[in-house]
Amino acid sequence: MIHDLISSGDWLPVTFAFLMGLSMLIYAVLDGYDLGVGMLTAFASDDEKDSMIASIGPFWDANETWLVLGVGLLLVAFPLAHGVILSELYLPVALMLFGLIFRGVSFDFRAKVAKHKKHRWDKSFFAGSLITALAQGYMLGAYITGFADGWAVVLFSCLIAIAVASGYCLIGAAWLIWRCEHDLQIKAVRWMKQNLAFTCVGIALVSASTPFVSARIFEKWFEFPAFLMLAPIPALTGALIIGLYLMLRKMPLNKDRLAWAPFAMTIAVYVLCFCGLAYSFYPYIVPNALTIVDAASAPESLMIILIGTLIVLPILIGYTLLAYYIFRGKAQELRYD
Amino acid sequence: MDFDPFVLSRIQFAANITFHIMFPTITIALGWILLFFKLRFTATKDETWMHAYFFFTKIFALSFAIGVVTGITMSFQFGTNWPGYMETVGNIAGPLLAYEVLTAFFLEATFLGIMLFGYRRVPGWLHTLATFLVAFGTTMSAFWILVLNSWMQTPQGFEMIDGVAHATNWMEIVFNPSMPYRLTHMLIASGLTASFLVAGISALRYVMNDRGPVVMKTMRTGIFIAAFLIPVQIFVGDLHGLNTKEHQPAKVAAMEGLWETEKGAPLVLFGIPNSETKQNDYAIEIPKLASLILTHEWDGELKGLNEFEGKHPPVGKVFWGFRIMVGTGILMLLVSWAGVIIVTKKKDWIKPLAYVLIPMAFSGWLATIAGWYVTEIGRQPYLVYGILTTEQALGPVKGGAVFTTLMAYLGVYALLLIAYISTIVYMAKRAGDGGNRDPENTKTQGIERRAGIVGAE
Repeated sequence: MIHDLISSGDWLPVTFAFLMGLSMLIYAVLDGYDLGVGMLTAFASDDEKDSMIASIGPFWDANETWLVLGVGLLLVAFPLAHGVILSELYLPVALMLFGLIFRGVSFDFRAKVAKHKKHRWDKSFFAGSLITALAQGYMLGAYITGFADGWAVVLFSCLIAIAVASGYCLIGAAWLIWRCEHDLQIKAVRWMKQNLAFTCVGIALVSASTPFVSARIFEKWFEFPAFLMLAPIPALTGALIIGLYLMLRKMPLNKDRLAWAPFAMTIAVYVLCFCGLAYSFYPYIVPNALTIVDAASAPESLMIILIGTLIVLPILIGYTLLAYYIFRGKAQELRYD
Repeated sequence: MDFDPFVLSRIQFAANITFHIMFPTITIALGWILLFFKLRFTATKDETWMHAYFFFTKIFALSFAIGVVTGITMSFQFGTNWPGYMETVGNIAGPLLAYEVLTAFFLEATFLGIMLFGYRRVPGWLHTLATFLVAFGTTMSAFWILVLNSWMQTPQGFEMIDGVAHATNWMEIVFNPSMPYRLTHMLIASGLTASFLVAGISALRYVMNDRGPVVMKTMRTGIFIAAFLIPVQIFVGDLHGLNTKEHQPAKVAAMEGLWETEKGAPLVLFGIPNSETKQNDYAIEIPKLASLILTHEWDGELKGLNEFEGKHPPVGKVFWGFRIMVGTGILMLLVSWAGVIIVTKKKDWIKPLAYVLIPMAFSGWLATIAGWYVTEIGRQPYLVYGILTTEQALGPVKGGAVFTTLMAYLGVYALLLIAYISTIVYMAKRAGDGGNRDPENTKTQGIERRAGIVGAE
């Protein structure tokens, strides 16, 4: 299969689909945790809000840039798909953008306005995070159904919206367990337990419904021997979720041991879910309508981007790690001076 | 009510990009001004430079956040409203936008965290480096986006195959004829916007009786930078105009309000372009001056709008946009040069100067937006000059949906603008009330930073 790709010259679009998928996955993990933290601020006291936001303050901006890269790659590598997908999702995209706007500016305004106005920006921070997460979930739902029409689709997309928001809260809580201390950490454990249940329902729903939305996907998953090869994906996901549940019952552990583990395990769940989705949709970029190869830009333009990406990506990963290294450990108060 | 998705999408794009560009225009140059403050501190160990740094870092952070989130909106607009754009010229616009994200966005976003919150956690040189990289990142971002915009104005280095542009020469694409002029013009515009903002906010602090060395230093910095840049800008602007005359004569004809091709064309100082009668009502003109400016000859020939029947931009908006930009530029020249004289020689005049600088704080926004309207409306009816009209790029959006989002955007932008300006005023006021750095903290930070370095090793 790999040999065919290279000889047919289709490896370039497929590489770009992979890069785009990777950016979206990294986005979901990174902005997922800070959107999740944003939603969870609704259940925290004022002091806790400050600590929670301090834990994501140095990172959120770069996290959001992965979305720009993901959409950017869709835009530049698959202009036809970009037009179709974003025209179909006009209103949810607009809603997400409003969410992102309010969330992004609230970070800064809440720290700079007079005390009595801070609550307003806290509320808009929460609302912006929630709206962004719901809108992204809704878009995922609409995408899975191949932008079909009808009330069932809207209802399905709404359920996925809730599941995604809950998934973000899950990873957000996991981040807080890692990065916060004392009562807030205990609270985060509770939040994570609650969202684990919701997220499970969401994953089960997507897994169960996707094959039935399209006969093609059904066949891909349930024909023999693919079925056996794929079995580790749901099995591992299940094992991780059970592991998380068992672990959270005991968290936080003595001397804060393994505080990072729930976060790492949640990332693994994200990766597995993503692999499942990617397998279902390949080779389509607009489900059942447009394939990766058909939607791609001219090879010479893709080549130019690929060269740049290969040069820049290691540097980018390097300074991202530097930032995580500098702001390691438990969150401290954010100070400019 | 009948909603025209074309008109509404254009207004929406204009609203988005207008609101967006206001903030990068500040941050591109403010980043370099912050680096200047930091380097002055490193060189002199004078704490007041660090006070200046921290105060304007907060304004930088606020502006940057609004710039980022409104910029994300832009990247989605291409797909939601104008898919024809990427479908036609995606092979060229795509790599340029990708390079912007890769070489600029991640760099500035990541080092911003270190620049804002890392002062106590990293060694001094790394913090200075982070400040430099943020300024460099914002400038790189300006570079790529201006390359793309200039290519849309003066496209070259490509061939059309089945209605889709394919790149043939990337050097020609990047270094297209209008790029050097537009890039320089925009970077200086950013310098002027940031320096008038710095001077204006310092003036505000001054009139609120905050007259310490920090305020005086930042006010002087703003005034000196502005006074240096404005003559350069007028010179570069003139070169840019000459370049436009060569490549987009219809735009220049609209800027000058020149309806008929003429030798020894007059400079229209004031007038109301009338597209019905094809002349300027109530015109005040200086004979032959437009020809002199644009051809450097008294009797040089300038092409009039009559040569571009049906393919020239709307005259009034371009004509007025140009005059607002130039008028603001002249005002900037007068104020900044008077400012230099006052802060160096006539110090008792600083208070009246401050009252002039405060309303000038956002003069850069006015000139920049007016200038962008000239160049963007001046490109109409094309989206990519000579290749793709704006109408051809419109996607299958519904007028009602665009109307809804447009109203929401306008509401959000109005709200953010009010919040932004009132927060700046509040921060200026609070800085004067002793909301500055706690002297205790200044003493400890050296030790803490040292500990951080040791820990890192």
